[in-house]
Amino acid sequence: MAALTPGARFQSTVCTTELIVVRGSTEVDLTCGGAPMVAVGTSSIDGTPSLGAADGSQIGKRYTNADATVEVLVTKSGDGSMAIAGERLEMAQAKTLPASD
Amino acid sequence: MNLMTLLEMAADAQTNRVAVGSRHDGFTYRQLHEAAGAAAARFRSAQASHVVLCDESSPAVPIALFGAAWAGVPYVPLNYRLADSDLRRLAARTAPAMAIGDVASIARLDGIAGIDVMDRIRFLDLVQEPLKTAPEPPSSTDPDLIAVLLFTSGTTGEPKSAVLRHRHLVSYILGSVEFMGAGLDEATIVSVPPYHIAGVAAVLSSLYAGRRIVQLPSFDPFNWIDTVKCEGITHAMVVPTMMARIVEALEARGGTEMLAPETLSYGGGRMPLPVIRRALELFPITNFVNAYGLTETSSTIALLGPDDHRAAQYGDDPDSQRRLTSVGRALPAVEVAIRDSSGRDLPAGTPGEIYVRGEQIAGEYTEEGSLLVDGWFGTRDGGWVDTGGYLFVTGRSDDVIIRGGENMSPGEIENVVLEHPGVRDAAAIGVPSNQWGEQVVLVVVAAAVTAENSELSTVTYSESRKVMSGGPDSTFDGLSDALRELVRGQLRSSRVPAHVVFVDALPYSETGKLLRRVLREQFASLGDDG
Repeated sequence: MAALTPGARFQSTVCTTELIVVRGSTEVDLTCGGAPMVAVGTSSIDGTPSLGAADGSQIGKRYTNADATVEVLVTKSGDGSMAIAGERLEMAQAKTLPASD
Repeated sequence: MNLMTLLEMAADAQTNRVAVGSRHDGFTYRQLHEAAGAAAARFRSAQASHVVLCDESSPAVPIALFGAAWAGVPYVPLNYRLADSDLRRLAARTAPAMAIGDVASIARLDGIAGIDVMDRIRFLDLVQEPLKTAPEPPSSTDPDLIAVLLFTSGTTGEPKSAVLRHRHLVSYILGSVEFMGAGLDEATIVSVPPYHIAGVAAVLSSLYAGRRIVQLPSFDPFNWIDTVKCEGITHAMVVPTMMARIVEALEARGGTEMLAPETLSYGGGRMPLPVIRRALELFPITNFVNAYGLTETSSTIALLGPDDHRAAQYGDDPDSQRRLTSVGRALPAVEVAIRDSSGRDLPAGTPGEIYVRGEQIAGEYTEEGSLLVDGWFGTRDGGWVDTGGYLFVTGRSDDVIIRGGENMSPGEIENVVLEHPGVRDAAAIGVPSNQWGEQVVLVVVAAAVTAENSELSTVTYSESRKVMSGGPDSTFDGLSDALRELVRGQLRSSRVPAHVVFVDALPYSETGKLLRRVLREQFASLGDDG
């Protein structure tokens, strides 16, 4: 289980994915590539994403769950896809705004 | 979220892209990251509680900003144009601190208790020396730490310091900028000073977008035009006074059109309609963006986009036309409400005070704490929203003219008279009146005054000198009457100025804010005849 407090950082244990929590509060079952994610810097990368959880994560993109109670920002791309209790996190729709500063 | 996260992501993803400077010898993202780490080590060993920057734009700006974030202390850019005594008093409030600046600024800050000074050249040398050991990791990446303190201009007493925490600035960036969304050839020119919120936001937005920053240390319109051409500039942000001077400079070069930059945004004050109309002609293929924001809102909260600008230029729909004087619509992550003085929400079309809410809204001062109520921040700007959600800013609540119990915004009067070809610039102010409480005085810069190649110019100039002391002048009788008629015809008769006075130039701050207070003091005596 992982406590999703804003600013908390997690890494995958089966690919290079790293993320930072933008929104979230509760303890959840956060996985990447089918394996539990752990606090950044606490594990080596071992193995590969499991089948069905290997669509990848993309740096700089934000991902949310269906009811948008959780939002994470991927800070390092990887091959695994992220999920909470088996529910895939989807890439948030990019808002394209013209540069203003 | 913390600004360090943004820097680390950019450095990881774009190691060898140039972040700041020229294509050939600028700082890459990796070098910027290393320099920030080296700077943080300096700040820590000096036991600085703040990092002060008192300088024009240079690579020291992003290095000090991120170095401070790395060391976990606030970055405080100071206005180097302040008088010595004011500057020293503000600097003293940051002690113990390390202050970085050019040689002249550093000399002005010398000898303040608790302030270690370092000149920019030495700072840049030190942070680029190869490190003997890797810098300690960031002290803390707590999103609630203070990232930036910006002193307000202090027109009413001692300047307050606006507090921007990491979470505010990061929310703004994540909500408005796509990570590494810029093409490899994109570059932005930064001509606003580092102590302006737009100067801070430019560094952060560009870094996260992967857009190279080219800094123009002190603004000059010809230099700006030439730099845009020579440096392959694709993006720019200017304050309205800069835009006016760029337009004038292009006119002086025979009205040559510019095909760059791709995107030109403006904000920080009211843009005169004739200036933006002419700019749209002189930059025929540029995407114009009007951005509205405040220091306390982490920069932009609403913007008017390129399509709206061209619709106003080419279309004849009255709504589109009028929207050229709006600041567009709220950013997706920002809510806007218009409220009356008792705090009730007002419907579309009704003017009131602009309130905003969102994760980027800081609304906090060191001296007063947070001013947010249920997340909402009262901007003290007056405004209204049209049925399409476009926000019109009518001006600071403090600037509203109250004549005979009727509130009028200076902006509505100014927008009308600025349409007159004989007017280059104008300000409407309220002066005390026994009969009305306040009455309207219109302060005008006539167009002929600045037409240096006009045969009339010397005569007009000396005549206008005469009225600098303040007062109506017969030279401009015809124009005065015409402007009164214009206001009477387009607005209510209560808006018609009691006096029209002519001056050489209106007082602006160096970042383009009209200093109405100065005008009110200068022309206060006009009001007593009620």
